[in-house]
Amino acid sequence: MAAVLFYIFATIMIGSACVVIFARNPVHSVLFLILAFCNGAGLFLLAGAEFLAMILIVVYVGAVAVLFLFVVMMLDVDFAELKQGFAKHLPLGLGVGVVVMVELGLIAIGWQSAPNAPYAAASPMLANVSNTAALGQILYTKYAVFFEASAMVLLTAMIGAIVLTLHHRPNVKRQKISDQNARTRENVIEIKKVPFRTGV
Amino acid sequence: MIDTWMNQISALLTQYPLLLATVKSVLLAVVLLIYVAYIILADRKIWAAVQLRRGPNVVGPWGLLQSFADFFKFALKEPIIPDTANKGIFLFAPFLMATLSIAAWAVVPVADGWAVGDINVGILYIFALSSLGVYGVIMGGWASNSKYPFLSALRSAAQMVSYEVSIGFVIITVLLCAGSLNLSDIVRAQDTQYGMLGWYWLRLLPMFVIFFVSALAETNRPPFDLVEAESELVAGFMIEYSATPYVLFMLAEYVAIVTMCALLTILFFGGWLPPVNMAPFTWVPGVIWFTLKASFFFFFFAMVKAFVPRYRYDQLMRLGWKVFLPISLTMVVVVASVLQFGGEAFGK
Repeated sequence: MAAVLFYIFATIMIGSACVVIFARNPVHSVLFLILAFCNGAGLFLLAGAEFLAMILIVVYVGAVAVLFLFVVMMLDVDFAELKQGFAKHLPLGLGVGVVVMVELGLIAIGWQSAPNAPYAAASPMLANVSNTAALGQILYTKYAVFFEASAMVLLTAMIGAIVLTLHHRPNVKRQKISDQNARTRENVIEIKKVPFRTGV
Repeated sequence: MIDTWMNQISALLTQYPLLLATVKSVLLAVVLLIYVAYIILADRKIWAAVQLRRGPNVVGPWGLLQSFADFFKFALKEPIIPDTANKGIFLFAPFLMATLSIAAWAVVPVADGWAVGDINVGILYIFALSSLGVYGVIMGGWASNSKYPFLSALRSAAQMVSYEVSIGFVIITVLLCAGSLNLSDIVRAQDTQYGMLGWYWLRLLPMFVIFFVSALAETNRPPFDLVEAESELVAGFMIEYSATPYVLFMLAEYVAIVTMCALLTILFFGGWLPPVNMAPFTWVPGVIWFTLKASFFFFFFAMVKAFVPRYRYDQLMRLGWKVFLPISLTMVVVVASVLQFGGEAFGK
């Protein structure tokens, strides 16, 4: 059962990853990227990493990919033009691809020759602790410093993005919420007695 | 005769767990859809009552069959697909949205042990599916290939993503108190001797209010229904939809609302637990308490729709990012500190 599910998820994931590259419409590319993410979450579930699976969906699919989709939909990117330099950059792309391929192959070989290597990892999986609790115990004790450091990096990136995009233009009328809330009936509404048939 | 049949069926079901899960899921989906049909009717009736109208009262006694009549009317109509639409995505969007919203119910414990899948990360599962709901809106709005749907899809996506942040923090405070991501365990953590005073709505009162308001925004309910603000956007991202695809959007929206009511019940109102831990209350089955509580929250959803004017878009964004986010972030720190340093009195 698990093997069948694995091959289903893996096939769809690789297939949709290929469509991401070959699709003509960039929006279709992003949608297939999302499909690939969802199948990745399925693979995490099969590996027993349910927390990672859900976080993958919440963070990457629910937030990051939405922004991708936004950008791709709003910008009128001409992908035919982008693909014109395809032949020129082909050698470089192939070179990077081959290096990644060889490295992945090395990992696979290492796994074959030393099947017990994962069990000798620095933090073995604890028995009868749920996977969320196990992750938390490692992240907040042993790797607390690295965890905090990566949080600081993200915070810096966020502040940087805000600083780059935020510019207050002068002479723009803005609503001041505190002023709005401070308005009372007395200083806003004026009741006048209008004499009959004479007007104000 | 019937006894032997029942025995055979139960033997068969225990033999094939996949079959058992399928039967459970189908049963849950049918009950859920019938409940949603009456929730839609209740929504219209409550709205009508506030405005001193009668509401739907022609089909069936007191209009009880109105939703079914509407459903058949939509299902028998011709679905119109615009010429310039991206057909595949156009038809896939409502299907995706309906599937996701119903799938969230797979982990909801309607009574003790009555969840189809009682998984360890139940709350994250629901959160993940509700964050995927935004794709139905974006895909529908984009694939329609027309201006108003696209504008409203962009609006709604920004709105849903913004309010997810504060919903996430509210959920974190509940998780800190309950110490588990499993929905059944969260309900059990609220089972104290104080009855309904021990539920989390009192202990986490500001979070309860924030969650309720954020749930309104997350499901695009009034006063945050900027997605289909008729005065500006005609009918939001579903302008181009008709017949069955439209029904699927409508259904997805209401199922998502009921899911939010169920989530409010589980996180803050003790799920299937009776309000008072005493004899006449404990005789009532848990599933009835659960339904009553969820319906109670839906009543408030409907009332808010009837008497709160629609927010302006900048007010909506301000509320999400400048009011709810700081409050919920502070509360996460406060709750964590109290649990860490306050000792036995607060935590469980």
